[in-house]
Amino acid sequence: MNGALTRTPAAALRSFRSSQVSTFIGLLILVGALALTIQHVLQQSASYFFQILVIGVADGAIYALIALGYTMVYGIIELINFAHGDVFTLGAFVSLALLPMFGVSEGTSGPGWIIPLLVVAVLTMAICGGINVAIERVAYRPLRHAPRLAPLITAIGMSSILEGAMYLWRGPFNLHYPNLLPQNQLIIRGVAIGYKDLIVVAIAIILVAALTVFINISKLGKAMRATAQDRDAAQLMGININGTIAATFFIGAVLAAAGGIIWGLYINNVTFDLGFETGLIAFTSAVFGGIGNIPGAALGGLLIGVIAAFNNAYFDSSWTEIIIFAILIATLVFRPTGLLGMRVPEK
Amino acid sequence: MRGIRAYVREHARDPNFIAYAAMGIGALIFPAVVQFATGGNGDALVSLAADGGVYVLLAIGLNVVVGFAGLLDLGYAAFFAIGAYTYGMLASEQLISSPLHHAVHIPFWIALFIGLFVAAGAGALLGAPTLRLRGDYLAIVTLGFGEIVPRFFRNMRDWTSGVNGISALDPPSLPGWITGPWVNTSFGWVPNFKFLSFNATAWYVLIVILVTASVFGVNNLYRSRLGRAWMAVREDETAAAAMGVNTVSTKLLAFAIGASFSGFAGAFYGAKLSLVSPDNFTFIISITILSMVVLGGMGNVAGAMVGGLLLYWVLYYFLPNAPQQASGLATSIGMDWLNHAVPNGWPGIAEFINRLKFILFGLILVSIMLLRPQGLLPSRLRAQELHRGVHDEPVKTVA
Repeated sequence: MNGALTRTPAAALRSFRSSQVSTFIGLLILVGALALTIQHVLQQSASYFFQILVIGVADGAIYALIALGYTMVYGIIELINFAHGDVFTLGAFVSLALLPMFGVSEGTSGPGWIIPLLVVAVLTMAICGGINVAIERVAYRPLRHAPRLAPLITAIGMSSILEGAMYLWRGPFNLHYPNLLPQNQLIIRGVAIGYKDLIVVAIAIILVAALTVFINISKLGKAMRATAQDRDAAQLMGININGTIAATFFIGAVLAAAGGIIWGLYINNVTFDLGFETGLIAFTSAVFGGIGNIPGAALGGLLIGVIAAFNNAYFDSSWTEIIIFAILIATLVFRPTGLLGMRVPEK
Repeated sequence: MRGIRAYVREHARDPNFIAYAAMGIGALIFPAVVQFATGGNGDALVSLAADGGVYVLLAIGLNVVVGFAGLLDLGYAAFFAIGAYTYGMLASEQLISSPLHHAVHIPFWIALFIGLFVAAGAGALLGAPTLRLRGDYLAIVTLGFGEIVPRFFRNMRDWTSGVNGISALDPPSLPGWITGPWVNTSFGWVPNFKFLSFNATAWYVLIVILVTASVFGVNNLYRSRLGRAWMAVREDETAAAAMGVNTVSTKLLAFAIGASFSGFAGAFYGAKLSLVSPDNFTFIISITILSMVVLGGMGNVAGAMVGGLLLYWVLYYFLPNAPQQASGLATSIGMDWLNHAVPNGWPGIAEFINRLKFILFGLILVSIMLLRPQGLLPSRLRAQELHRGVHDEPVKTVA
């Protein structure tokens, strides 16, 4: 035991060399994978490539919206909020229930549905935000000074409760979500870009931009950044910590609800356990981009969406998740704080 | 005799001692009590308890990684899968249909240790690239690993039969086994005994022996130099390194040793079920095992075992049986109308409780954590840390 537990200079040298070797191997694998992808891409037409890219970007935009909630919550209280994926599903479920109340259904044509849809969206966001704040109040706040894994377990419990509530509400069925977005397509040089795709991406960009501006400019955004950096110091500066954290949960849920509505409108199909897998991928995106970092989460979501779409189209879709998680692991090994994450000095 | 009595008196107030004693005595009398209470039809329950032992073993193993060394592992089911698949491939006809074209039949008792070493190797393999990572980034890499491994097994159809899994695994065999009134026969000796699925008691005895051996092993590890190194790394990695602890090998060993328990558990589970399928090792399983450890009390072996038993009971006995129980209860207290389903409305109490099971499970997790954030049986050392405020944070009274 003695030899194994004390580090000799020779061992340190060995581990340094092996890390060089592993970096080299990693780069080799990356180059090989890229070459293979390019070879597959070249076998198909260029328009197919752009078609897949459009699908990937649209999917990635939804992942990005969910990833933002994960990254904000993690940034401020260092909690992997497992219930967040289910808040996303809840957004889809609540809006699905609200739409008929405002007279919006599949047959509704013309721009008449835009205003009711916006109202439904705002209501859904408010409801999901409220629920997420309540979850924070009940399940996370009392455990703020408890061992770090305690809130993780309550998050898992909350995820189960939310899924259970949706299961109780609508059962284990595939629910059809009204297909409201225009079906027209814009054909540019053989690439069909649906208005649907454009709308999804546009909404995501608007929301991410609004969030970035909000975080950087508003007073509450500043309070959030301060709380994320050093909670005790922020408190000493007179920031209302509880209010700031609650606001973070609210905004995260608003974005997740928006993601849920967009998912419904884009994919037209929701189930009660949708948020589990989607949430996991969105969380992966957040980590991929550098957790706690808002542009990073957006970038991560986009990249994961594109990678998944390419793998589904050019390779075997049953390997998609394996590839996503392998890329995640490789990224973290070579850039331990994600793509855009900053290196935090050791305390 | 006097020594034992003095020992008991000395430890009578120690919750860990009480927990160990209760679990030990409970494990010994459980089959007899169950057979007695059910009039000799308790095999299903004994078999269920043997499966519960698998989860206890998993909780003990994960406790090494999460509780002792403080490394959050969200993909522990991957090692469970590796253990089970190792046994599945090495002890069935499976490899005939693989590119190898040759079936391998290694006896269970050897394959158990092969599973252990393969899982430990996988643990070290996973640990090696993650040593530079800290805290939650490490957790995410393990999460990714846990997602990759079962899917990998599912996709390697030539070797693992894909979604169908590997079936007809060899049962463990012994030169002989004792039968007796606990399986409704007279005392006797069975030569060339095979552990078949109906020998619930035999499986039960086997898992109890495995768990007992693991408890002794893991408690000795905890008190060893390595155990202290784990705690040092858990409390403050930088300070531990400065004090001369080789954090790299300490963390690697935590991963490898933690994984080895699930290799054990996986081989046993595969052999008992005689089936290994990729669906048995999903993220939910990892999360469940982690909940067992945290619920029971991280860093405390007895706590992890109690958490494992409790959660196993909730998930595999209480929740599956609750609908039927509720229905029976409704009938017996004269509220039989609760059992009648209304079209497009009340689905009947049994179905209602069945739909409620996600919520019930969530409520159980949340309420236990809120009532006892340190877990049911917290480690005494960790409990003290809680009040003194270590980790990266300053002592809380300052703020």
